[in-house]
Amino acid sequence: MSAEPRPSAAATEPAIVQRTLWRNAARSFSRNRLAMVGLVVVAVLVICAVVPFLLAPQSYYKASLIDNLQFPSARHWFGTDQVGRDLLSRIIYGIRTSLLVGFSVQAIAFVVGFPLGAAAGLRGGWIDWLVLRLLEIMTAVPGFLFALFLMTVLGNGLINVIIAISVTSWIDVCRLTRAQILSLREREFVVAARSYGAGDWRLVLRHLLPHALPPLVIMLALGIPNAMFAEAGLSFLGVGINDPVPSLGKMVSESMAYLSPYWYMGVFPTVTIALAMLGFNFVGDGLRDALDPTMYNNA
Amino acid sequence: MGRYILRRVAGLLFTFLIVSIITFSLMHSVPGGPFDENKQPLPAAAKANILHKYGLDKPVWQQYVRYMWAAVHFDFGIPFQSPTETVQSLIARVWPATLQLAAIVIALSYTLGLLFGIVAAVRQNSWIDHAVTAAATMGFAVPNFVIGVWLILIFSVSLHWLPTGGWGHPVQFIMPTLAYAAAPMALVARYTRVNMLESMRADYVRTARSKGLSESQIIVRHILKNALVPLITVLGPQIPNIATGSIFIESVFRVPGLGRYFVTSTYARDYPMIMATMMLAAFLWGFVYLVSDILYSLIDPRVRLTGSSRL
Repeated sequence: MSAEPRPSAAATEPAIVQRTLWRNAARSFSRNRLAMVGLVVVAVLVICAVVPFLLAPQSYYKASLIDNLQFPSARHWFGTDQVGRDLLSRIIYGIRTSLLVGFSVQAIAFVVGFPLGAAAGLRGGWIDWLVLRLLEIMTAVPGFLFALFLMTVLGNGLINVIIAISVTSWIDVCRLTRAQILSLREREFVVAARSYGAGDWRLVLRHLLPHALPPLVIMLALGIPNAMFAEAGLSFLGVGINDPVPSLGKMVSESMAYLSPYWYMGVFPTVTIALAMLGFNFVGDGLRDALDPTMYNNA
Repeated sequence: MGRYILRRVAGLLFTFLIVSIITFSLMHSVPGGPFDENKQPLPAAAKANILHKYGLDKPVWQQYVRYMWAAVHFDFGIPFQSPTETVQSLIARVWPATLQLAAIVIALSYTLGLLFGIVAAVRQNSWIDHAVTAAATMGFAVPNFVIGVWLILIFSVSLHWLPTGGWGHPVQFIMPTLAYAAAPMALVARYTRVNMLESMRADYVRTARSKGLSESQIIVRHILKNALVPLITVLGPQIPNIATGSIFIESVFRVPGLGRYFVTSTYARDYPMIMATMMLAAFLWGFVYLVSDILYSLIDPRVRLTGSSRL
C-alpha cells in the first residue's frame, strides 16, 4: 500500500500506521466467527430500530381487550399482552427504545469523557486534579445505584433514562482517554507537532485521537450493551421508560404476573434482551481481539 | 504505608461529604415530596405540622446540616414508608436477607469461577475450555433478571419443582443465588483463565519446567500464585456490588432485602432511607477499594502504593 501525498509531512507518518491497523483489524474481525454472528444480530436489531413501522405487524400501543392474553398464533406470532397489544410489535419497537438509549448514552459518554480526559492528560496541573476528583466522586457509588437514584429525582421518561445512565457512562471513557494521552504526549511526533506550533485542539484531534482511538472504540462498543442493560433494568424496576413507549425491560416486569400460564409473555422479551446483549458483546469482543494486538495470543 | 492509608481515608471522607451533598441537594431540588396531596388531601395546618415534624419546612442547607449532625451521631431519621421504626432498624431488619444472598453468591461464584477458570486454562482449547468460555460469555452478557425469569419459567412454571419467590426456606435460596451468581462467576472464570494463560508463558514457568518440576507443582506454586494477584483488585470491588446490588434479583424473586426496599424508597421518595442507602453503598464501595489496594501491595511486593490506584 502506498502513502497518499499529504499536506504536511508530520501527518503522513501516523496516517500510514493507522490505515494498516484498521485494515488488519477489519480482516481479523471478518475471520472471527463469533464476531460475525454478533454483527448479524446487531444488523437485524438496527434494522428493527430504524424501520420498526415496516416490520411491526400491528401498532405497539393499540389495546384490544377482546384479544387480550392470546397465545402465539398466526395472527399474533408472539401472542398478546394483558390488554391485547401485539407482543411482536411491542418487541420491535422496544428494540428501538433499547438501541436509542444504548447509542445515545455512548455518544454522550464520548462527547463528555473525551474532552475532559484529553484536557486532564494534556494540560495536567489543576485541570487534571479537578478531573481526577470528579472521577473519584462519580465512582463513589455503584453506577446503576446512582442512575436509579437519579431516576427518582428526574421522573420516568426516555430522555431522563438517557440522562441518568449517561451521568456515569463517561467516566471510563474519560479515564481511558487521560491514560492514553498521558502515555502519548511525550512521544516524538507529538513533540514535533508542538514544536512547529500546533495548538492543543489540533494536537488532540489530529495527532493524539488517531492513536488513542482503537481502545476507545472498543470501550464505546462494549458500553452500548451496558447502557442497554441499564435501560432494561431501570424499566424492569418501574423507573424507566413511560407508557406507551415499549421497553423490553418493562415488558419483562409486566410479564411476571402472568408467567403461569402465559409463558410467552416472559419468554419473548427476555430472549430478545439476551440476544441483543450477546450480539453487541460479541461485536465488542471481536473489535477488541481485532484492534488490540496484545490480546492476540489469549483470545 | 501509614501515610498512604491516611491520605486515602481522608480522600474517602471528602468524597463521602461531596456524595452526601449531591444526593441531599438533588433529592430536595425537585418539586414533589413524600407528603404531596395527590392521594390524600390534607388541611393546610396539618400539612404544615407534618412538614415541620420532619423538618421539611426549613431551607435545604439547614436540613442538610441537621441531617449530617444527626447522621454522625448514628441517627439517620425515620423512614417515611415505615414510620414506626428508624432507618437503622429498617436496614438492620432487611439487610440480613441481602447479606445472606450475597454470602452464598460470593462463595459460590468465587470457588466455582476459580475452578472453571483454572481448568479451562490448563486444558486450553479443549472442549472444557470452549464450554467454560461460552458459558462465561453468556453469564456475563445476559442480565441476571433475565436469567431469573428463565429459571422461574423452567423450574416453577413448567416443572413445579421450586417456589417462584420468597425468602426463608432453603428451597427458596436456590433460584435467586443461581441467577445472581452467574455474572460474578463468569467474571471470575474469565479473569482467572486469562491470567493463568498469561503467567503460563512467563519465563519463570519455563525455568521451573526446565528444572524438572511436576506439572501440578508448576501450576499451583508458580502459575496460580501469580495469576491470582491481579484478581484481588478486579474482584475485590465486586463484593460491595454484590452486597448492595441485588436489586433485580430481589425484585424478581420477591426477596425482602435492602435492594427491594431501595426500590420502594424511590417510588415513595423516602428521603431518609434513600440517603442512608446511598451513604452505605458509598462507604462499602470506598472501603473495599482501599482494602483491596492495600492487600494488593502486601501480596505483590512489586506494587508500590502512591496515588489513588483506582485511576
